[in-house]
Amino acid sequence: MRKSIILKILENDKGGKIVLGTLFIVVALVAILNLAVPETSAFHVSTFTVTLLGKYLAFALLALALDLVWGYLGVLSLGHGAFFALGGYAMGMYLMRQIGDRGVYGNPDLPDFMVFMNLKEIPWFWYGFDNPLFMFLMVMLVPAILAFVFGWLAFKSRVTGVYLSIITQALTYALMLAFFRNDMGFGGNNGLTDFKDILGFDLSQDSTRISLLIISYFALLAGYLIARFIMNSRLGRVVMSIRDQESRVRFIGYRVEQYKLFIFIVSAVLAAIAGALYVPQVGIINPGVFSPLFSIELVIWVAVGGRGTLYGAIIGAIIVNFASSFFTSALPEVWLYALGGLFVLVTLFLPKGVVGLISNIKDKLSTKKELA
Amino acid sequence: MLVLDHENSHNIGELKIGKRILLVDGVTVSFDGFKALNNLSFSINYGELRCIIGANGAGKSTMMDVVTGKTRPDEGTVTFGDAVNLLEMDEPSIAEIGIGRKFQKPTVFQNNTVFENLELAMQDDKRFFKTLFSKISGEQKDKIEETMGLIGLKELFNQEAGILSHGQKQWLEIGMLIMQNPKLLLVDEPVAGMTPQEVDKTGQILTDLAKEHAVVVVEHDMEFIRSIASKVTVLHEGSVLAEGNMESIQNNEKVRKVYLGE
Repeated sequence: MRKSIILKILENDKGGKIVLGTLFIVVALVAILNLAVPETSAFHVSTFTVTLLGKYLAFALLALALDLVWGYLGVLSLGHGAFFALGGYAMGMYLMRQIGDRGVYGNPDLPDFMVFMNLKEIPWFWYGFDNPLFMFLMVMLVPAILAFVFGWLAFKSRVTGVYLSIITQALTYALMLAFFRNDMGFGGNNGLTDFKDILGFDLSQDSTRISLLIISYFALLAGYLIARFIMNSRLGRVVMSIRDQESRVRFIGYRVEQYKLFIFIVSAVLAAIAGALYVPQVGIINPGVFSPLFSIELVIWVAVGGRGTLYGAIIGAIIVNFASSFFTSALPEVWLYALGGLFVLVTLFLPKGVVGLISNIKDKLSTKKELA
Repeated sequence: MLVLDHENSHNIGELKIGKRILLVDGVTVSFDGFKALNNLSFSINYGELRCIIGANGAGKSTMMDVVTGKTRPDEGTVTFGDAVNLLEMDEPSIAEIGIGRKFQKPTVFQNNTVFENLELAMQDDKRFFKTLFSKISGEQKDKIEETMGLIGLKELFNQEAGILSHGQKQWLEIGMLIMQNPKLLLVDEPVAGMTPQEVDKTGQILTDLAKEHAVVVVEHDMEFIRSIASKVTVLHEGSVLAEGNMESIQNNEKVRKVYLGE
């Protein structure tokens, strides 16, 4: 029954099936090769690779979230990293509370950085974060509320285009500055780190890492299905029409602001979940994730993959981050230039990204066949 | 439905042929000192097909912007039906209460198919949480099919609207207007870029619509206006210069002077 719903949502979505199917196989293979194959074997996949792949999947979900607002709603958010970071911080706070007295200072009630800052008791906004259910709720609720307030103000006053992009950029920049401050109570520029375990499982264990990888995959799958379901519905068609002819949609009788707000909030929550999955795998969250640069990089991932297709965003996130991992270790000084160059090239020559390139090649091959 | 709209739908009152449906009274709109509309007053009756003509800048588009809620006037009142104050409503509410608009430049949704364009325009519950799960009913599908037949786009139902010819886009917009099931239709330049046969057919569609709606057409094509209109309103510098049947307009001294350039 459940399977039939999934297949129904993915009906007519060949790209989605291929991308999600391939990722499923890769994740399964990596899990098996890491856990079942001994480390001495040439086929063993290292824990480093597992973590890397898990990080890519979290980024893919983030890119998917951005594609919803950029590719379908036409709102170029240059601050989507903010929602990702907030989700990450909520997870990080829970993980900090799990450390207990195993910190450097051995204080069972306060995380290390608070002891270091001479705090006597835990700030009120840390209450409840030792409970995983509360944490899950906050991972979604905090970004949703921020997206609601921000979106309500921006969309109500009909701010669009480049002005809206600049405001989103300002939003993440302001949050970055705030989180950099030590007295905010989120660990300042060091952020939150030194995590020990999650839900009672040791984070340094391979099995925990593999579990997180698999959970990341299913979160990506679920996010994809939700996004696809929305875009298959009439609501999705209204959203795309808003992107193409906003005022026309109003004159037909749709309340454009509500539609925009809905997509913006769904996207913010997906981004936050991605952030919450990223943090335990990478082992740290710091205000750098709020930096405008990260949010802009994210836009590049989606552009490279091809916006407005959902699966293109996943492809883009994985390709660019794979290249990033490779270049930053092999040729670190070249990477930023390569990234910038990539964006220029994609904008100029591949307006529909890698996905558009593939379908172009396919079209050409099929016309050749017809001619021959 | 919102409470406000419920109140308003009572305020429309009963619609009878020949009864006033729209009253624009003393409306003035200025942009940086330039008066796009200057104390403009006119009214439209239910069951009427009215043509509005005027040179560029006479205020035709601004008038439509005011009626559909896009532009707020500095002065004046706009009343729909018996007592609906349109100036207190935003675009979606005005659309919902029964005023549809076709734009000068055809603005169809390029990336959606002909069918989807009509489906989007269709009168239905347009709140976002309804549209997430809404399914098209058999009745609605029939209505879309019927409209596609009327505008001659039945074979193209699955084509993206972006590839349609200019004339077909014009018709698709008229079809979208019909799907909205409005009481008052504001139609801006419906025959621009159409062949003579297409013009004839459009005239036929509009006159048919006017039997059970109120239709306001803004056009430059005098031949077309002569073929469809019973009553013509001439705008000049933001107010009504003359009003009457085509013959009296053509013989009107003031109109000849400013509009026909004689």
